Amino acid sequence: MKKPGKMLSEVLKSLFKKPATLRYPYIKEKMPKNFRGLINFIQEKCIGCKICMRDCPANVINIIKIADKKFEAEFKNDQCLFCAQCVESCPRDTLEVTPEYELATLDRSSLKVRYHAKPDAETKTEPQVEIK
Amino acid sequence: MAKVTIPIGPQHPALKEPACFTITLSGEQITEVDMRLGYNHRGVEKACEERTYLQDIYLLERVCGICSHAHSSAFVQAVEEIAALEVPKRGLYIRTIIGELERIHSHLLWLGVAGHEIGFDTLLMYSWRDREVVMELLARISGNRVNYAMNTFGGVRRDLTPDLCAEILAAVDILEERTKYYIGVVMEEVTLIQRLSGVGYLSHEDAVARGAVGPTGRASEIASDTRKDDPYAAYPYLDFHTVTDNHCDVYGRALVRVGELMQTYKILRQLVQELPDGPIVVKAPRKIPAGEALSRYEAPRGEDVYYVKANGTDKPERVKVRAPTLANLASVAKMMENNYLADVPIILAAIDPCFSCTDRMIETLNMDSRAGRLTDFRQLRQFSINWYKKRGLDFTALNKKLILKQDS
Repeated sequence: MKKPGKMLSEVLKSLFKKPATLRYPYIKEKMPKNFRGLINFIQEKCIGCKICMRDCPANVINIIKIADKKFEAEFKNDQCLFCAQCVESCPRDTLEVTPEYELATLDRSSLKVRYHAKPDAETKTEPQVEIK
Repeated sequence: MAKVTIPIGPQHPALKEPACFTITLSGEQITEVDMRLGYNHRGVEKACEERTYLQDIYLLERVCGICSHAHSSAFVQAVEEIAALEVPKRGLYIRTIIGELERIHSHLLWLGVAGHEIGFDTLLMYSWRDREVVMELLARISGNRVNYAMNTFGGVRRDLTPDLCAEILAAVDILEERTKYYIGVVMEEVTLIQRLSGVGYLSHEDAVARGAVGPTGRASEIASDTRKDDPYAAYPYLDFHTVTDNHCDVYGRALVRVGELMQTYKILRQLVQELPDGPIVVKAPRKIPAGEALSRYEAPRGEDVYYVKANGTDKPERVKVRAPTLANLASVAKMMENNYLADVPIILAAIDPCFSCTDRMIETLNMDSRAGRLTDFRQLRQFSINWYKKRGLDFTALNKKLILKQDS
């Protein structure tokens, strides 16, 4: 005979199991390899072909020529879809995906990032926020 | 008995998205249903015409959050047909693997939502916990939990490593065991059977007449499945069968969905074990030659139809999206007839509705008479010009400039 409470044993068993959720701000989940997070721009590699600009579905990227063979990039990360098409389109591996996903902010303008041409003696450029 | 008409929506706790159902009641029984959509119109089709084909993939992927791969695949298939691109077999297999994993996560989501709508939240919690297995797997393969961005013209963007293949098989084993448990719950849990049996009855004849698709149609014994009827991607090489049911009610729809999950595991095992070697993508041109194509794809909710017209440039001339919910909405009015008001949420949830995916047009209604009005493009343009004029913006000079530019 069919009786109600089919899931009861499962529910009781769960009492002795660890919770399925994480205590988020304190414990963070590690993102998988190749996770499509924030896009990083390696300024030295850019040749200014602007293919990323043309392919971006959300008009996030703006490549600016500042001197001969020197290019800077401006990213409007608040519009980014994180599809990483720019990373795939780039012929020189200038763009890369990072596992950074915690981008929530109260100030929208802080998501507008400009990668400046002169790095501080490091290979990777540090994003600097342009204050207007 | 006096008839009472009550509105459900546009904003209502029972609805996940805005839609308006005007329900006429006789006592507690529904006698008539009138529905109105158009609260979620996002102008996706028009936006497609202003972007390049490559950008459109990501735009159309966002038509639906749950069946995102279905929408992008259907679009990509249509464009590949126009451009006569031969997709490598490995690319087709990977595309199908993602599609089937998406089906698992959509069906498990539906099972949880259906449980929630009938007050069986235990089922919601457990089925969503198990859904995490497939969500994490999708994140490992594609780089994100939703909006996988796997499709591109001529194939897929990411390859599967042997490690990932092993992970898929391991996850399928876990999920299969869990699904067997849920099948047990659906078949044996007496509260669930009594709550869902006979609710939202849609006879086979009505389902055919109203063009029900997907699990909704299959639960009314319509053995239609695009994967079988018009095989695309890797489906011609696969062995599986279409799950149908003769209950014709919400209970039948639940049985079809859990039954389909078992078929999906069978398909996934075949796909991973027979995954061919070779390239995953062929190079696609940026400009697609002129032509048109209609593409069909079996999304988790039913048949998804895309029509694409190309004019030889890098932007499509027309993209038409027919989401599966639109095909099933005609059946909803019939399903609700003679049911109780309290059954409205579960009947609606049983078609797994997605109103945002469906909305392709808006209708202007006169506030007083509630009569609809058709507006052609010229009138609409004049209306917008007057609307801006009233607010102090005049485009006359700009218009003249544009016309002069076009003439010269």
